[in-house]
Amino acid sequence: MNYRLGEPIKDTKAPEGPIEDRWEKRKFSARLVNPANKRKINVIVVGTGLAGGSAAATLGELGYKVKSFCYQDSPRRAHSIAAQGGINAAKNYRGDGDSIYRLFYDTVKGGDFRARESNVYRLAQVSVNIIDQAVAQGVPFAREYGGLLDTRSFGGAQVSRTFYARGQTGQQLLLGAYSALERQIAAGTVEMHTRHEMLELIISDGRARGVVVRDMVSGEVETHLADAVVLATGGYGNVFFLSTNAKGCNTTAIWRAHQKGAVFANPCYTQIHPTCIPVSGDYQSKLTLMSESLRNDGRVWVPVKGGDTRPVAEIPEDERDYYLERIYPAFGNLVPRDIASRAAKNICDEGRGVGPGGLGVYLDFADAIGRLGRDAVEKKYGNLFEMYERITGEDPYTQPMRIYPAVHYTMGGLWVDYDLQSSVPGLFVIGEANFSDHGANRLGASALMQGLADGYFVLPTTIGDYLADAHKFGAPDDTAVAEAEIAVRNRIDKLLSVNGTRTADSFHRELGKLMWDYCGMERTEEGLRKALERIPELRAEFWRDVKVSGVNEELNQALERAGRVADFFDLAELMCLDALHRTESCGGHFRAESQDADGEALRDDEAFAYVAAWESTPDGPVLHKEDLEYEYVKMTQRSYK
Amino acid sequence: MNLTLKVWRQSGPDDEGKLVRYQIEDVSPDMSFLEMLDVLNERLILAGDDPVAFDHDCREGICGMCSMMIDGVAHGPQKNTTTCQLHMRHYNDGDTIVIEPWRARPFPVVKDLVVDRSAFDRIIQAGGFISVPAGSAPDAHATPVPKLDADDAFDAATCIGCGACVAACPNGSASLFTAAKITHLGLLPQGQPERGSRARAMVEQMDEEGFGGCTNTGECTAVCPKGIPLDTIARMNSDYLRASRKSG
Amino acid sequence: MAVSGAVLVFFLVAHMAGNLKIFAGAESFNGYAAWLREVGYPLLPHRGLLTLLEAGLVVAIGAHMWSAIVLTRRAAHARPVKYAAKVKSRANGYATRTMRWGGVIIFFFVIYHLLDMTFGVTNPEGHDATPFARMVAGFEPARWYITVFYVISVVMVGLHLRHGLWSALQTLGVARRYPVLKASAAVVSGLLTIGFLVVPLAITFGVVK
Repeated sequence: MNYRLGEPIKDTKAPEGPIEDRWEKRKFSARLVNPANKRKINVIVVGTGLAGGSAAATLGELGYKVKSFCYQDSPRRAHSIAAQGGINAAKNYRGDGDSIYRLFYDTVKGGDFRARESNVYRLAQVSVNIIDQAVAQGVPFAREYGGLLDTRSFGGAQVSRTFYARGQTGQQLLLGAYSALERQIAAGTVEMHTRHEMLELIISDGRARGVVVRDMVSGEVETHLADAVVLATGGYGNVFFLSTNAKGCNTTAIWRAHQKGAVFANPCYTQIHPTCIPVSGDYQSKLTLMSESLRNDGRVWVPVKGGDTRPVAEIPEDERDYYLERIYPAFGNLVPRDIASRAAKNICDEGRGVGPGGLGVYLDFADAIGRLGRDAVEKKYGNLFEMYERITGEDPYTQPMRIYPAVHYTMGGLWVDYDLQSSVPGLFVIGEANFSDHGANRLGASALMQGLADGYFVLPTTIGDYLADAHKFGAPDDTAVAEAEIAVRNRIDKLLSVNGTRTADSFHRELGKLMWDYCGMERTEEGLRKALERIPELRAEFWRDVKVSGVNEELNQALERAGRVADFFDLAELMCLDALHRTESCGGHFRAESQDADGEALRDDEAFAYVAAWESTPDGPVLHKEDLEYEYVKMTQRSYK
Repeated sequence: MNLTLKVWRQSGPDDEGKLVRYQIEDVSPDMSFLEMLDVLNERLILAGDDPVAFDHDCREGICGMCSMMIDGVAHGPQKNTTTCQLHMRHYNDGDTIVIEPWRARPFPVVKDLVVDRSAFDRIIQAGGFISVPAGSAPDAHATPVPKLDADDAFDAATCIGCGACVAACPNGSASLFTAAKITHLGLLPQGQPERGSRARAMVEQMDEEGFGGCTNTGECTAVCPKGIPLDTIARMNSDYLRASRKSG
Repeated sequence: MAVSGAVLVFFLVAHMAGNLKIFAGAESFNGYAAWLREVGYPLLPHRGLLTLLEAGLVVAIGAHMWSAIVLTRRAAHARPVKYAAKVKSRANGYATRTMRWGGVIIFFFVIYHLLDMTFGVTNPEGHDATPFARMVAGFEPARWYITVFYVISVVMVGLHLRHGLWSALQTLGVARRYPVLKASAAVVSGLLTIGFLVVPLAITFGVVK
């Protein structure tokens, strides 16, 4: 697959001047919509996770007429609900030296200098309001005996800025946004459409004016028109088939938008989480994440000799390789996510992995139990140990856990400007679905922060500036609407008519394996080229040989899956292309060719300090570069030795 | 292991529906219950048959989407566990497993094992929130909350809205679900201004949806994946009675 | 349900206390029965308070049954399609599961009990004997099967109370600290059961003649 280089792309919305004033300035310069007009303005929000749920609720509160869509049976089920760890905020309630500036600095640095400074600074500023908002909504964050909020340090941060609600922070924050959304539904400002999946974006006169959705119960294809469309449809980690995402997570909404002109940025940036429960067999349908906090007390090791299948108790101490402690003596088991993940992969590639298929390493708590006692360990990690035992049937108190990395989050997404507007006017993208704030690597406990910042505070302000012109938009063009609807129907008919011999899931598994092998933790030119050769073949096979049973006019889960898999093929191709073109290593993108003598990721700031924004054209992808400039944080290379 | 499944098949809300028997071979003990059904569905699709429709999403026990009555127990035999977290090692070769949807008038069957739980959303719409528009919140530390209250509120707030409580209740009551939210918000200082009106509105909506009355059988909390405690229902009743007395 | 049940619980406690007077001898027991009819006289008419109490009881029983019927009908309405598999109870509580049928059995027991002890229709001594005589005759050793029937029924009442007691507090919204509450409910219902059982058993085994 070849690409062409297009014109550079640039964010024109972030104001100039000192970074700490930019958001204030933008809030003031963004035009307001007269309250009487808001009632006449329709906004569509797709997705009801932290970003989409909070955005729909807030737009409803402001008086817009909102239509909200989700594929689940209730907006409360979006996958934000599964986030465990916590949410960062620069409250500095501990007085431990945290500040907005420090959170900004950590995020830019953690993102390996591939995020926009203005956006990140705003995120850090707004983080403070999120906690206030959530607490006022009744989110039951952990508290200390004095009644004040508890915080912890997370993911290697040196300050304690992570607010949490036991291991269910995502759930509690999502239920907060959900209750705000339900309040607006009751008030009549938001019209909720559950079990509806967006299958096409409607563009008329160059503006996003609506969506085509499929009612997943009746199969009816519906068009919904609006003055602006907000996509909050999450990440695309499920391109790997196995990931920690929910089964239903998919790329279709943003991919359709991309095909209709929205530029897709940094698709190759993928975050891989080191502590997941390994695959147990071919039937595996998803991977389960175990909180990273386990690495605080667990020691990672594998047998020194490959193919050592002795039970753990029979492997003497000197035949165990505590490889993280050996390679990274300073940080040991607490090295960042990407480093821990890659080390595990390398060890397993050497044939020293443990468990089924040799894809796993031990995370051993024997020392911690010996040192702290079983009770103390149980108090700290009891719920995680229980979850592990439920899934694997093994008792982590008496034998080490087995862990392996898994795809967890995608930093890439639709390109947006400072206003969170994509390259298509009227199409706004928020939360994990956009590319904006995490650069090449997201810090722990920052996903919740970004989703809620976008939904509660940023989008509701910036969208007003666009909607101030809504009275000039006119009615959407009938032909454009009809064409979008016909495109959806044709795709559905096509999927149902192939009547081949393989299920969509079997194709998805094969695609996922390909992506994991060649566009996963470690990427090479050779591997990526192989993948780029194989993906089109597999896609052609899919369209020739997929079997989708049933009809459109019913609840048809086979059809839903097939549609999503079809889009994953196209996305996978762009991911590989992006990974191939970016010959440097940075954050969640490790190119084997670009590492230092110690095997550490080596950035190439000269050549690659830009956002790779891909445009879809009939003649293939066109690359638009957005150059990144760092006025405030000096670019440095990470080191954890 | 080899198993016999008897699965409720119902093509739509108006169809009668019936249990259909399937044989399934070579089930690995490490499979999750849903993965076992995935295997069955792959086979059905290839045979040109309709796969068994069932709700599921996160498959890690938190989204609350999965919902199966397994051998007469909501979410199956393992305590405090959703269907998606149930693994096949709890079964033996030759077992027969009966799988049915949640049964309640307010949860009509959509297809096979999929039911419509929007009644729960409407109960929340009636008052399961604190009215605080974005941007209007005071500083998070303005009101300290005693740790024990915050912890109790959290316990109630962990409800995943799966509906197992209704499915298991001999009365088809939604009291535990409704009470969990009333308790969560009622225990926090932020929730006080709307406490009475919330309890009334939510209880009335629950009754209007057609759920049964609570007779304190405790079946709900016994199958609840999050172990929401029964005292939430006492709190709901207390708030409801007090609010009713006040406003007559 | 809870309010009418509470009224009935108070009645049961008083009823049991009265029954136990039988151990103080025939005069005491008969005197108590007579006092019940004359209390408040001449301020109140003959049997005045008793009639009032009886009326209250009938209302409470009526309300209790009516609530039970409403709840049962709501339950049936809420689950129009039953499960095909036998629903397994996960909460431990035989007492809880027998509330509905237990209530019906208790209802029939109460009818028999009234015919036996109050109206004397089925009592060997008939209506005109003293309460003490009716009581002793009712449970005489030869009529052991009546005693067995009473024992079973009173145990049913005990089970009904065991769930009913804490359940009422739960419905009224004052239940907290369940282990203590449930243990107390078990103790109270146990004491009431024993209190009601010692009298017929004492008569049947010849302790009271």
